[in-house]
Amino acid sequence: MSISTMNRRNFLKIGITAGGGLVLGLEWLSSCNPAGSGGAEAAMQTLNAFIKIGTDGLVTIMAPNPEIGQGVKTSLPMIVAEELDVDWKNVIVEQAPLDTDKFKRQVAGGSGSVRESWEPFRTAGATGRQMLVNAAAAQWQVDPATCTTAGGMVLHKASGKKIGYGELAEKAATLPVPTDVKFKEPNAYKIIGTRTTNVDMKAIVTGKQKFGIDTKREGMLYATVVRPPAFGQTLKSFDDSEARKMPGVSNVVSFDNKIAVLGRSTWEVMHAARAIKAEWQDDGKLESTADYKANFVKALEKLPKESKRKDGNIKKAFASAARTFEATFECPFIPHNTMEPMNFFADVKADSVELHGPIQLPDRARNTIAEKFKIPKEKIRVSMTRMGGGFGRRLMTDFVEEAVAISQLAKAPVNVVWRREDDMSGGYYRPMALYKYKAAVDASNKLIAWHHHSVGISGSTARENNFPAGAVENLQVDVHDYKSPVTTGPWRAPIHNYIAFAEESFIDDIAHQLGKDPVAFRLELLEQAKAKPVGQCDYDPDRYAAVIKKAAEMAGWGQPKPQGVYQGIGAHYSFKTYVAQVAEITNVNGQLKISKIYCAVDCGTVINMSGAENQVEGSMIDGLGHALYGELTLTKGKPDQSNYDRYRLIRMQEAPAVEIQFIRNNEAPTGLGEPGLPPVGAAVANAIFAATGRRLRSQPFMNTGNVFTMERKAEV
Amino acid sequence: MFDHVRNRKLSNHNSNPLMAVFNLTINNEDFKVDVDPQMPLLWVIRDFAGLTGTKYGCGIAQCGACTVHLDGNPVRSCSIPVSSVNGQKVVTIEGLSDKGDHPLQLAWEEMDVPQCGYCQAGQIMTAAALLKEKPQPTDQDIDNLMSGNICRCGTYNRIKKAIHLAAKGGKS
Repeated sequence: MSISTMNRRNFLKIGITAGGGLVLGLEWLSSCNPAGSGGAEAAMQTLNAFIKIGTDGLVTIMAPNPEIGQGVKTSLPMIVAEELDVDWKNVIVEQAPLDTDKFKRQVAGGSGSVRESWEPFRTAGATGRQMLVNAAAAQWQVDPATCTTAGGMVLHKASGKKIGYGELAEKAATLPVPTDVKFKEPNAYKIIGTRTTNVDMKAIVTGKQKFGIDTKREGMLYATVVRPPAFGQTLKSFDDSEARKMPGVSNVVSFDNKIAVLGRSTWEVMHAARAIKAEWQDDGKLESTADYKANFVKALEKLPKESKRKDGNIKKAFASAARTFEATFECPFIPHNTMEPMNFFADVKADSVELHGPIQLPDRARNTIAEKFKIPKEKIRVSMTRMGGGFGRRLMTDFVEEAVAISQLAKAPVNVVWRREDDMSGGYYRPMALYKYKAAVDASNKLIAWHHHSVGISGSTARENNFPAGAVENLQVDVHDYKSPVTTGPWRAPIHNYIAFAEESFIDDIAHQLGKDPVAFRLELLEQAKAKPVGQCDYDPDRYAAVIKKAAEMAGWGQPKPQGVYQGIGAHYSFKTYVAQVAEITNVNGQLKISKIYCAVDCGTVINMSGAENQVEGSMIDGLGHALYGELTLTKGKPDQSNYDRYRLIRMQEAPAVEIQFIRNNEAPTGLGEPGLPPVGAAVANAIFAATGRRLRSQPFMNTGNVFTMERKAEV
Repeated sequence: MFDHVRNRKLSNHNSNPLMAVFNLTINNEDFKVDVDPQMPLLWVIRDFAGLTGTKYGCGIAQCGACTVHLDGNPVRSCSIPVSSVNGQKVVTIEGLSDKGDHPLQLAWEEMDVPQCGYCQAGQIMTAAALLKEKPQPTDQDIDNLMSGNICRCGTYNRIKKAIHLAAKGGKS
C-alpha cells in the first residue's frame, strides 16, 4: 500500500497507488464519527479505515483490528465491502499494522470491534462507492443520482452504460470526498448477514498461516525466560554456567528478577533454561488458595465504607420482608490458556524498535515500551500477527516488555517464547471471587430487596447496573478489593463470566423456593424494570425478555419432557449483547449428560452468520469447560497447575450439541467474542438442580464430586 | 532450506559432544540436522526445517497441536525425540496434500471451522489419520480419536461435522 502518497494533513485523503488505483484513506472519518464525542473511552474507540482499489477491480480492504479468533479480520471488511458494493470474491483483506493516526481504534477487547466499527466502516464503504459513481457520472456526463452500482460496477440504466470500479479508480481519486453519503437499506444487503468463510482459511488449513510464535528473522535469537516460581518472590542469585555450555545456547541475560536464555532454536533455550540454578527469596506474602478463601470470607463479614450502588433502602426492606433468601457463590483463579503460548518478537536498535507479534492492545504496548524504556513513540513500529487466542491475556504487555528488555540486553532481534508451564503459571489470571447474595420478597412474593456483597482481587467483582438492578426497588451493591501479589486481569467477559453464574443461579434458587417458574420469574422482573425502572439500568428490558422467551421456545420450556430430561435456564447481558440459554441434561442410567444447549442471541444486525454462530457456540463450550473443570490453585504463592496434565480443558467428547438462533432485527450490531460465555454455567447448574435438587454454588463444578450423578431426587 | 540446514551443521556447535547428526524425510524432502538427540521432532520441524504449520501447545503430548504423521501414524511430535525418528517418513500439515485440497482441508473450509486457527493443523492431522483407519467414522469414533486435541475456542462441533463431511466425500 502506498501510504506515503497520502497527504496526512489534508482533509481529503486520496492518493494514486503505484499501479494506478485509488487509495481512499479515511482519516477524515474521525471527524464525522459519532463515537468521537465523549471522553477517553470514546476517543479510544474512534476508528477509521482504508480502502484500495486496483485497476484490475480487485479491492483491498484493510483490517485494522487485531485478530484473535473473534473473526474481525473477516467481518469488518465485510461491512466496508457491502457499502462499497463490490463482490466479496474480489476483496483482498490485509492486516494493517499499528497506526492509530489512520485507523484510530486497533483493539481486540470488550467485544467492541464490530460495535465501534459499524458507523465508520459503513461510511468508508459508502463514501468510496459515491466517489466511484461521481467519476462514472462525470465521464458519461449524466446526473450521479441516475447511476446505480452492483458488484463493483457503476451502471446507468437509461443509456445501458456500465463501467468497472477498476477503470474508475484513478479518476475517482481526484474528486472531492462527499460528506453526506447514504447507507444501504438492510433489505439490500448482499454481504452482511451471509455465511462468509474466514479470510485466512486457506492459510490456516494448509499450515501457512503465520502466528507470532512462527516469527523468524535474519539474525534472530530465540529466548525463553525463567521467572520467579511463586507470586511474592524475587531473584536472589543464579548460576548459568551449565546452561551456557548447552547446545545452541548463545547467551544468558538477567533483568527484572528474571533470567533469559538465548540461542538458535526454541527447544534448545527451553531445555537450557532448566539448567539454570536460581535462588529465590520471599518478597511479599506467599498466599495459598486456602488463605484466599479464608480472607475472602473474612472480608465479607463487614460492609465496605462505600457502596457501589444504592437504590431505596435494603435495611428497611429486609426488616419488613415476608421472606428472605441467602446464597454464597465462589469462583476460582483461572489462567487464559491461549493455545498459542505467550510470545513476542522485538528488535531494539540504536534508533528504532520493531515489535511484531500477538497483541490485543498494540497501542498500549507501544505506549508502555516508550515510557518504560524511554524510547520516543514514533521510533517504535508495531505490527500484529494473527493470534492463537487472546481471551484477555494479550491485553497485557508484560510479554512485550520482556522481549524489548532481552533484545536490548542481547543486542539482537529476539523471539521470546513462553513454555506452556510459564504461560500457565505466569499470572494475569481471572481472579478468585466470592459472592454473598441476600434477597427478600414481600407478602405477594414480589422481589423487593437485593443485596450483592462480593470480594475479588485488584478490581471490581460487580456489574452494578446490570439486571436485576433496575427491577428491584431496594438494591445495594458492595464490593471489596483484596490486594494480592498474584497478578490478575481481564479474562473473556471479565466479571460477567462469574457474576452471571452467581446471579442467575440465585435467581433460579429464589424462583424455585417461591414455587415460580424460573423463566416466568425472570420475565416478571424484566416487566418491573420496564414498567418502573429503578436507578440506572444498562439493558433494554424488552430485548432481554425477548431472548429469554426465544430460548424457552426453542427448548420447549415447560412442555412435557421425556422421562429423565431436565432443563435449566441462564441469561445475561454483556457488551450490549443479550443472550439466554437453556441447558438440557439427560439421565442415562443414573449419569447426567449435558445433551444440548439452546441459545438465543440479540446482537442486533448479524454481520457474518457463520462467524457469529461460531463465536457463540465456541464461547458456550469454552464457558462450559471452565465452569466444569477450570481451576488454578496456589500453594504458598506457587501455582499448582502448570500444564494440561493437571489443568483440564474441555475436550470434544464433552462438548454438547448447541442450537443457536439470532433475534432478527435491524439494530446496530454488537460484538460476540464474549457474550455467549457468561450464562452457560448457570444454565447447566440450574439444569442439574432441576434434575437432582442439588445447587451448585462453586466453580469448577467437578470439585463438588459426582456432579453428574442422580442423587437426592428420585426419578419421576 | 536444505542448504540452510547444512550451514547450521557447519556452525561451531558441531563440536559439541551432546549433539549428533540426523537424517530426516519431511514431506518427501530430505533434511540433515545436527542437534541434541533429545530434541523433540516438533522443534526440528519448526526451527530447523522451517515448517511452522505444526504448532507447539504444551510440550507434553496433552493438547495435540503438534500432531504429525510418522509413517502414516498420528504422533505428538513434541514428545518424540529426533533420535527415535531416523528413517521414518514425517508428514506435516504442509505436506498433507499438494494443493491444500485434502478432503479434510476442503471440509474445514466448507464448514468454516477455525476461530483462532492455532490448533487446527493438529486437529486435521489427527482426523486425517482417523479417516485412513475408519473411512466412515461414527460420532463415537470421532470423539474417541479426537479427544487428544484441545481447541480452546470450542470449535469441536464444527470439527466433527467437517470430518463427517469429508468422509461423505465433500460438499454438504
